[in-house]
Amino acid sequence: MIPIPVPTARREAWRLPALRHVATLLGALIVGTAVVVAIFAPLLAPHDPFAQNLDLRLIPPVWMDGSQPAHLLGTDQLGRDYLARLIYGTRVSMLIGVLTVVTSGLIGITLGILGGFYGGWTDDAVMFLITCRLSIPLILVALTVVALVGSSLTVVILTLGLLLWDRFAVVARTTTMQVRNLDYIAAARAAGASRAHILLREVLPNIVHHLVVVATLEMALAILLEAALSFLGLGVPPPLPSWGLMIAEAKEYMFFSPWVIMIPGIALFVLVLGINLLGDGLRDMLGTRLER
Amino acid sequence: MRLSLARRLLLAALVCLTVLIVSFILTRLSGDLAASIAGPNASAADIAIITRNYGLDRPLLVQFLDWAAHAARGDLGRSYLYHVPVWGLILDRLPVTLTLGLSGLAIALAVALPLGILAAAREGSAIDRGIMLIALLGQAMPGFWFGLVMIILLGLDLQWLPISGLDTWQGYIMPAIVLAFSAIPALMRLTRSGMIDALAADYIRTARAKGLSRSKIILKHALRNAAMPVVSIAAVQLGFMLGGSVVIETVFALPGVGFLAWDSINKNDFPVVQAVVLFLAVVYIVLTLLADLMNAVLDPRLRG
Repeated sequence: MIPIPVPTARREAWRLPALRHVATLLGALIVGTAVVVAIFAPLLAPHDPFAQNLDLRLIPPVWMDGSQPAHLLGTDQLGRDYLARLIYGTRVSMLIGVLTVVTSGLIGITLGILGGFYGGWTDDAVMFLITCRLSIPLILVALTVVALVGSSLTVVILTLGLLLWDRFAVVARTTTMQVRNLDYIAAARAAGASRAHILLREVLPNIVHHLVVVATLEMALAILLEAALSFLGLGVPPPLPSWGLMIAEAKEYMFFSPWVIMIPGIALFVLVLGINLLGDGLRDMLGTRLER
Repeated sequence: MRLSLARRLLLAALVCLTVLIVSFILTRLSGDLAASIAGPNASAADIAIITRNYGLDRPLLVQFLDWAAHAARGDLGRSYLYHVPVWGLILDRLPVTLTLGLSGLAIALAVALPLGILAAAREGSAIDRGIMLIALLGQAMPGFWFGLVMIILLGLDLQWLPISGLDTWQGYIMPAIVLAFSAIPALMRLTRSGMIDALAADYIRTARAKGLSRSKIILKHALRNAAMPVVSIAAVQLGFMLGGSVVIETVFALPGVGFLAWDSINKNDFPVVQAVVLFLAVVYIVLTLLADLMNAVLDPRLRG
């Protein structure tokens, strides 16, 4: 009915183990670096990311003419250090990515397990909710909510969290259906386990490896969406250094100083690529087969 | 099949109703719609006038039923800003968004199908890994940023294409490519995995045993079976693309439905926002229904 990716048994590319491991390691390295940079941003940033200096506007990065050694990645249109803003921007992206996944994961996994385990009208209701969610235009609704409720980090996280649960629900539902009739569920039932125990202690641990892979996909999506919302002016509010916002604010100057949009854009690209590489690696290691 | 078709139509109708409710509630999220319309500098008297004129003092349920009854008859209300029916505003801008969406989908299919088939036919080879790498890179590319980079490279440095607007048809080229890029990875992966499954099936072995050529096996026997999920995803992707046109149309300043929606959000013209949300949702629902029907045509087993 609704063609959404479901786990299926299938051979994948990346069969050369060495290459696959290199890709996974690279992904882990990128994500690990982003986590460290996000946590230790105040220690790593060479300057205050909010400090303006109108005498030092649009200084190019070190590899270009006219650069200054104090500002490795140059400065933006308000003279703020670009490296410092990039480092603090990692914080915004990672925060959005992780918290959105937690919110949407809670909603989606709960719905999916309930629908998949109980079947019948419960499942009908869950499928109905998934169909409704998919038919709602994601970016437009998120923009409207932020415009009406007000732009803040919390609003963006909650909005994306309430919108991005569909893939969690679909995968949790399908995989729960695959395990619900297995012997260990029947054994738990025969042993008199409560429903909550069966769902949380028997079903969930046996499908969680599929959900971890979904989490990486959703985290990448949330980071890209936040950047797009901030780029359109309805994401996190200035002067917070979000990479999407950095691109939006620098857009006017991109014709004369293209690096102002290249630097945050490449950061976004590399982080999302890293998360996806890690997700692909986890999928292989955990034996999940999940199409995107 | 008839029963399941009835079920699907009923489901689609229920989803439409829910979307109607959601798009109504959406514009009431600020708590005081009149204050949102009036803007931050409005006086209490201004807000009172707006509240009365737009009927915002009535009970919420009455407002909703009134709006829904009009929407069901195709009347989506009037724009606060332009004082014309919203439906007309959408229809005026629809050709741009449809042209963009359809050409984006055409480009995406033209790239994703051949590459997906090639990757499946050479599964595990360097070609396969190269193609999957393209999918991976495409997936990580932020669409709006890719658009800006293309504007700098193709529009400014090389001056091949107009950087914004629609003075000539060439204004569609860059936005359509950017839009296509958002769908290519998913379509490519799906084509590839569908083909790999199809090529492992018994009827392919039979076809091979009959001595049919490899290209004939791949294009005639395997592709037909691999095409089904691709048709569904293509319809869904078109729906997503029309929704995603908000970002692309804003980047390239194309006067389409997405740009209208973004502009209306910024100008507090909420009847327009409400109507575009509803419109895009209904288009998506219809597209998925059509995809189901097309799959029933492609696969006799689904007809039962």
